[in-house]
Amino acid sequence: MADVVFQRGSVAGAGSARKRSSLRTALKRKSTAAFLMTLPLILLIAALVIYPAFYSLHLATLNKSMMKFIGLGNFEFLFKRETFWLVVRQSCIFAISAVVFKALIGFIVAHIVHNVPAKGQRKWRGMLLVPWVIPPAMSTLAWLWLFDPSYSAFNYTLSFFGIGPIAWTGDPDWARFSVILVNVWYGAPFFMIMYLASLKSVPEQLYEAAAIDGANWWQRIWYVTLPMMRNIIAITTLFSLIVTFANFDIVRILTAGGPLDHTHIFATWAFRVGIEGSDIPLGASVSLFMVPILAIAAVFILRDISKRGNEA
Amino acid sequence: MSTLAVDKAGPRRKVKYGSMSRDRAWALRWSYFFLVVFAIFSLTPPFYMLITSLKSSAEISAATNPWWVFHPTLSNYIELLTSNQYLRFFLNSAMVSVFVVVITMLISVPAAFALARMKFWGSATLATGVFLTYLIPDSLLFIPLFKMFATIGDWTGIQLINRWYVLLFIYPTLTVPFCTWIMIGYFASIPKELDEAAIIDGASWFQTLTRIFIPVAMPGLIAATIFAFTVSWAQYLYPLVFTTSTDQQVLPVGIITTLVKGDVFNWGQIMTGALLGAAPPLIIYAFLMDYYIAGLTAGATKG
Repeated sequence: MADVVFQRGSVAGAGSARKRSSLRTALKRKSTAAFLMTLPLILLIAALVIYPAFYSLHLATLNKSMMKFIGLGNFEFLFKRETFWLVVRQSCIFAISAVVFKALIGFIVAHIVHNVPAKGQRKWRGMLLVPWVIPPAMSTLAWLWLFDPSYSAFNYTLSFFGIGPIAWTGDPDWARFSVILVNVWYGAPFFMIMYLASLKSVPEQLYEAAAIDGANWWQRIWYVTLPMMRNIIAITTLFSLIVTFANFDIVRILTAGGPLDHTHIFATWAFRVGIEGSDIPLGASVSLFMVPILAIAAVFILRDISKRGNEA
Repeated sequence: MSTLAVDKAGPRRKVKYGSMSRDRAWALRWSYFFLVVFAIFSLTPPFYMLITSLKSSAEISAATNPWWVFHPTLSNYIELLTSNQYLRFFLNSAMVSVFVVVITMLISVPAAFALARMKFWGSATLATGVFLTYLIPDSLLFIPLFKMFATIGDWTGIQLINRWYVLLFIYPTLTVPFCTWIMIGYFASIPKELDEAAIIDGASWFQTLTRIFIPVAMPGLIAATIFAFTVSWAQYLYPLVFTTSTDQQVLPVGIITTLVKGDVFNWGQIMTGALLGAAPPLIIYAFLMDYYIAGLTAGATKG
């Protein structure tokens, strides 16, 4: 609507003698038009992202029936519960080890793919990205079936090597391992594709110069590849840290937090107490513990963005 | 690179060349070996889904070699594709995803255009803010959103919870920020002369957007569309929270709630349902891989 107004203004202004003032109104209208074009975006973010984020702060201060203000009562209650500390510990173990392995595997695979002749790269890349394409809820079902206690395909295979049946999702330690394994399987392709893209952008001359100076492959990675990829590595890792920390699907479907709450992470536990246990304020308080890690990541990413802005 | 080293080697040219090419050949062989290992790791679950989906439940419970199917049958596929319930999930998923894609594009393309080209007060801050909202995860917002929509239902009598279309309000929070962000990147890379020429020829801003920016930034638009579609298709947490009755559910939730009956897992059907549910993103990926990857890498490399 605003654009039509603007168009009429510019057409009328083009031939008129009051060119200067019409130009000024056009500029004014341009900013109005721009504002109107961004308005749906602003409304959406304000109503369905910013407001709920603050609303959950408010919810966290209410009692279970949401009638009474109890201040930090929910947090006091959480700090006294053993399960809460289990969740904190498991969330950190889960997120950090999963991200480290994803980054490592992604880095190695990206190098290997980069190493084979360009003709075949597309095919390999296509196959290796499949885990990222399948909706995680669906692929986790396949993993659950691979881990099945009585018909486990993994245990069947391992039995040929004399390795006894493993309770993949039944034993707390193995269950922790399983959720991390599935998360690494799902997330490593993302790192691979990011690193591959940035590997391709490293100028070949740098490697030639390094080779002339007698650098071995390790020195080439350490002094050429890593510094050139530093930005991408940092931003991908931060990104993945956020997503992994907030993961829900994989843990929920694979173990639903069990055995004995040993694999609960913040999101799944918040769902358990908030929606299934219908204690919405307590659930909101649990999910708020994801905010610090988000804030730290946001600061770093913001710094990166503003740095880019200055370079441009 | 190797030829340079060879020239330096001088008299020992032949020997040096031979050993280097042999090293390379071995490196290549090892590369292929590890690629095969990683590809097996990546493709085991989908392969196993396919194998299981072709088995009858008798064969599954007979506990024969799980990696092979001895009596392939399509009964699982027939049963699911003729079940109204499963088709309902599929339809719900398709409707939600298509509508969300349309809503996302209607919101994010004009916004990205305004933020990339029409500088106004606070536009730079807004662009950064858009990216930051992308970092707020669904698992932080599902509880307050659930309470919000429940309160709206209490106040106005408009019951949105447990209706599939409530997801149309919620999914854009996941798709719009990222799509806007990558479209800003694509629009910003279009040369300024192009839209200046259009403005001089008397085009309005709206015409500049539809006649110049959208056609030129088509690859970005396709990448953003694919992103929005796959995100809405795969979303699991929000439908799990917001929909409970089976005729309102979307695929990921529906498969898990209806095919798992108590402790009885009908694995043949679950795997079939999951494979069919994974098919649309996989098909899109197979045909539009380059756009898919462009969308994936745009988030971190554009800016």
